[in-house]
Amino acid sequence: MATEKKNFEPLIVGITCNWCTYAAADLAGTSRLKYPPNIRLIRVMCSSRIHPSFILYSFARGADGVFIGGCHPGECHYIDGNYKALRRIELLRRMLDQFGIEPERLRLEWCSAAEGAKFAREVTDFTAKLKELGPSPLRSE
Amino acid sequence: MGEEKEEEKKEEKKEPKEKIKIALYWAATCGGCDIATLDIDEKILDVVNIADIVLWPVAMDFKYEDVEKMEPKSIDVCLFNGAVRNSEHEEIAKMLREKSKVMIAFGSCACFGGIPGLGNVANREQIFKVAYKDTPSTVNPEFVTPQTEMMTNGGEKLTLPDFWDTVKTLDQTVDVDYYVPGCPPTVDRVLDAVGILAKYAETGELPPKGAVVAFDKNLCDECERKRDEEKKIKRIYRPHELKEIDPEKCLLDQGILCMGLATRGGCGARCINANMPCRGCYGPSPEIKDHGAAVLSAIASILGVEDETEMIDVGTPEEVEELLNQVKDPLGTFYRFTLPGSMLKRVIIKPEKEGGA
Ligand code: SF4
Ligand code: SF4
Ligand code: SF4
Ligand code: FES
Repeated sequence: MATEKKNFEPLIVGITCNWCTYAAADLAGTSRLKYPPNIRLIRVMCSSRIHPSFILYSFARGADGVFIGGCHPGECHYIDGNYKALRRIELLRRMLDQFGIEPERLRLEWCSAAEGAKFAREVTDFTAKLKELGPSPLRSE
Repeated sequence: MGEEKEEEKKEEKKEPKEKIKIALYWAATCGGCDIATLDIDEKILDVVNIADIVLWPVAMDFKYEDVEKMEPKSIDVCLFNGAVRNSEHEEIAKMLREKSKVMIAFGSCACFGGIPGLGNVANREQIFKVAYKDTPSTVNPEFVTPQTEMMTNGGEKLTLPDFWDTVKTLDQTVDVDYYVPGCPPTVDRVLDAVGILAKYAETGELPPKGAVVAFDKNLCDECERKRDEEKKIKRIYRPHELKEIDPEKCLLDQGILCMGLATRGGCGARCINANMPCRGCYGPSPEIKDHGAAVLSAIASILGVEDETEMIDVGTPEEVEELLNQVKDPLGTFYRFTLPGSMLKRVIIKPEKEGGA
């Protein structure tokens, strides 16, 4: 188990909004910032587009973590999409806990289009936390 | 109108075609679905007019062997109620699938797992411990639990079905042609199902595979209560916490968690009409794959927080935490009838240190 953990590379599904966090990821790329390659990014127009079933589906298909990114509060291009996203993710984290999936495997971050460095930092940190947690309990099933 | 219908029926009866053969079976069930079938009252005679019943454990005495001996596809329609939770259910489901031309998942248990499907929050070991040890009315100091095999003193081998850790839906076990959701299905929808049987007996025609005998809309579309389209609810109440529930106003607008907004219509809003919220027994609305996720999403988006735009930027504001804390047991509430059929299917149970299956 211990060796398994050491070599373990978590698989992260990232779903981010077009206007902020996805742009931040772009900036991180063009600025040649380094962050772990564990994340697979999917772009949506707004964090409120991220239906909880996308997240459950990711876990059901073996993701070790899901990273959700949106605009900072007050900055959503569709006014209040990110508030809805926040409530959904928070409620979903409670439910994931009931399902026996550590809620820390679902992370929500706000990164503006100028925050490439923040994006890189959060992904680095999330990857490290997931390495500590080990593979998703659903993976072994 | 009524007379016309009567006449039509008489005509149907005039030229009796060869009767179709139907089987009704119950697996992990409460028996309510069989009772719902009997609730169609005298219309049950219509069924008998068009169909010969070859298996119906709740009402008639048949043996599994009788069915086993039948030729493949010799039963026209099988109405299967109940979830699949042990080896016997699976065995009979497979046998009936082989013998039947049409397999219908009847009731929420067969369609989505239903109430017995909530057993997927635990495993066999935990369920046995509660059922055969911890319940106050149980005296079982040696913790004797059902065994799949035992030898009697006379040297005879007795067997019992194997109880599984996980409850399954019927379509996770065998191929299913049609679904009749509801816990239990309402009389009108049972009659729709009988209509399908009658048409099949008469013309051999069947609806497209996968058809659901209910409505293709949300329950909210069927519900007549007045609702606030811009709703924001600031506090959640359980029905008994309110002195009065306004019978005209949307229950969600009154702070009562109603699952109508992501639940398939077709029940005639029977709970709503009794001034109780929808618990979701008709399963997810069309096109929705995961009922719980859809209800969670809808409920979370209408929970309202004062001065939302002034929320702090870091972490989750206390107000949001407090509001969400009012949703007790999200899993049990949002997946009350659909846990086995959901994306995650069950709760993950970490093996105990002492070992065990
Ligand atoms: S669907 Fe409801 S009424 Fe039918 S068997 Fe299941 S629990 Fe009973
Ligand atoms: S939420 Fe419930 S009470 Fe409100 S309109 Fe929908 S079904 Fe009716
Ligand atoms: S109101 Fe909801 S819980 Fe009640 S019968 Fe209809 S679908 Fe089922
Ligand atoms: S547009 Fe970025 S969160 Fe809505």
